[in-house]
Amino acid sequence: MSEIVIRTEHLTRRLSGEVPVTLVEDAGLEIRRGEFVVITGPSGSGKSSLLYLLGLLDTPTRGTLWMNGENVSAYSEDKLAELRLSELGFVFQFHFLLPEFSALENVMLPMKRLGRMSDEQIRTRAASLLRELGLEEQQHKRPHQLSGGQSQRVAIARALANDPLLILADEPTGNLDSASSENVENILKELAHRHHRAVAVVTHETRFASAADRVIKIVDGRIQG
Amino acid sequence: MRLLASIAVKHLLARKRQSLVSLLGIILGVAFFLTISSLMQGSEKDFIRRLIDNMPHIFVTDTYRNPSLQPVERLYNGNGAIEVRSVKPVTETRGIRGYEQIVDYLRSLPGVEASPVLAGQGVLSFAGKNTAVSLDGMIPEDIQGVVTIQDYMVSGSISDLIANPNGIVLGEEMIRTFSLDRGDNITVTAPTGQVRTFKILGVFRTGRSDYDLNHGFVSLKRMQALMDRPHRANTIIVKLPDPYRASAIAADLEGRIGYKSISWQESSEDLMSTLAIRNIIMYSVVSAVLIVAAFGIYNVISTVVMEKHRDIAILKSMGFLARDIQRIFVIQGLILGIVGSLLGLPLGSALMYALMQVELKPPGSAQTIVMPLDWGWLQFAIASGFALSAALMAAFLPARKGARVQPVNILRGGV
Repeated sequence: MSEIVIRTEHLTRRLSGEVPVTLVEDAGLEIRRGEFVVITGPSGSGKSSLLYLLGLLDTPTRGTLWMNGENVSAYSEDKLAELRLSELGFVFQFHFLLPEFSALENVMLPMKRLGRMSDEQIRTRAASLLRELGLEEQQHKRPHQLSGGQSQRVAIARALANDPLLILADEPTGNLDSASSENVENILKELAHRHHRAVAVVTHETRFASAADRVIKIVDGRIQG
Repeated sequence: MRLLASIAVKHLLARKRQSLVSLLGIILGVAFFLTISSLMQGSEKDFIRRLIDNMPHIFVTDTYRNPSLQPVERLYNGNGAIEVRSVKPVTETRGIRGYEQIVDYLRSLPGVEASPVLAGQGVLSFAGKNTAVSLDGMIPEDIQGVVTIQDYMVSGSISDLIANPNGIVLGEEMIRTFSLDRGDNITVTAPTGQVRTFKILGVFRTGRSDYDLNHGFVSLKRMQALMDRPHRANTIIVKLPDPYRASAIAADLEGRIGYKSISWQESSEDLMSTLAIRNIIMYSVVSAVLIVAAFGIYNVISTVVMEKHRDIAILKSMGFLARDIQRIFVIQGLILGIVGSLLGLPLGSALMYALMQVELKPPGSAQTIVMPLDWGWLQFAIASGFALSAALMAAFLPARKGARVQPVNILRGGV
């Protein structure tokens, strides 16, 4: 059995206010290395909220979250940011590339921030990631010069830059045509199965669910089944 | 930090026109700040230099700052059983006692020059006309080291009084008013009733008409005889190698000899406070220029922060810290401040140079004057320091706002 990358127990996220809203309720799950997990559910069910909790972008109101066997629930903002930098990779529905930087520079950014490699090594790795994703010709182009599918592949390359344990994707094909969607889906699947990374994808698309190792269904903030 | 700086530069370059406008504000602000500040400082320094050059650095007078106690007060210290009223001090010849020893002591200090003076009033008479005159009895060899009167001589010399102790040096206005000539004899009557005849050996013109009309110089010995105050001087004029130490040396001297010693700073206290107020007004006005420029920076960085909410969210999701985000925007302010200063200082220098070429001729003066500008490094440091501080402060608030952006709120919106 592969090692558990992330595990949650009773993970809950409530928004306080005049009318309190529960985004995620009592979520317990685990994702293992090499596993391709798809989180599905109707709109507003809390899929993305769960993903942001798993991605340490949001703080749970209650519950515990272990990453690599370590309880990270009480970590400071700075330690969580460090974990996001070195252990997590994000792909969003909109590519969210920095418009002033070229594709290559966008992929180099997380590596530069981590600072574990020389500038030359960073450049080589970024170029190699883009080449693997079929973007060798596009590496010096700025985001506005790329198609939607190309931009999303640059975002995937950027998510892979620091060789993360877990890749979290929020509707990664929601904004792409069917050919690009299929391409992105294959890349994510390959990352899990061939490169042994844990991949969690929030999506509406049924095609993803059929390709997944495991499907987590969420309704009204609660994991079903 | 290099990474953050590169992001900051990219942000600024992406908004070239806005960045350029706010940069221009800083450049002009620094240039005007530098020009006006160096003009004001230059004129202040010029004023103080003239003040220091033209007046003694310390006056030792024949009075006491605190009147000396009467013997009965000294003995009983106010605790006696009998109160003695209307006690009159002993009548004695006024003046500084033992002035020669004080002058010798002062001259023993390195670089210090001192000259005793007995100043008094008299009535000058010539051809049936009389006028009041202020006379300074002095030692001609010594006086030239402490006052600049020799520089204002239009004929003859103060040194001529050495060869002829019965000589007098008068102002040009007096000479003209009384239709006198060098070599004429005039009579001076002292309040003591003593009358002396003096030969005019020299004429000075300081440009101050009052002084040139009412002042004269004679030898100390003749003045002591005229005033019936032998072995007395009522002022010792002191010139120091470092005029700015006058206050400390005057206080020390007064502690040693008891006589009131007044530094040039003390005697010009009202002028110095006027200069201080003028400086406050000047810096407030010039600072306003840079504050307006700082608003330009605030505007640019606020706009960038607002437009970059999405990028901030993605950077934070990548693992950038809140303080990294804050630094990115503070660096933008710093870049505008540094580049603004680097370009503003040469522009300011050019303006200063242009001002230096302006020659003015004040009404009634034969001399032309140039703008006194202070080229000291401090002016440059203050101008650039203020610009940098203004830019940093302007950047800090939007930067802090940017650092507080919650990525989840932005990512949820997807915009």
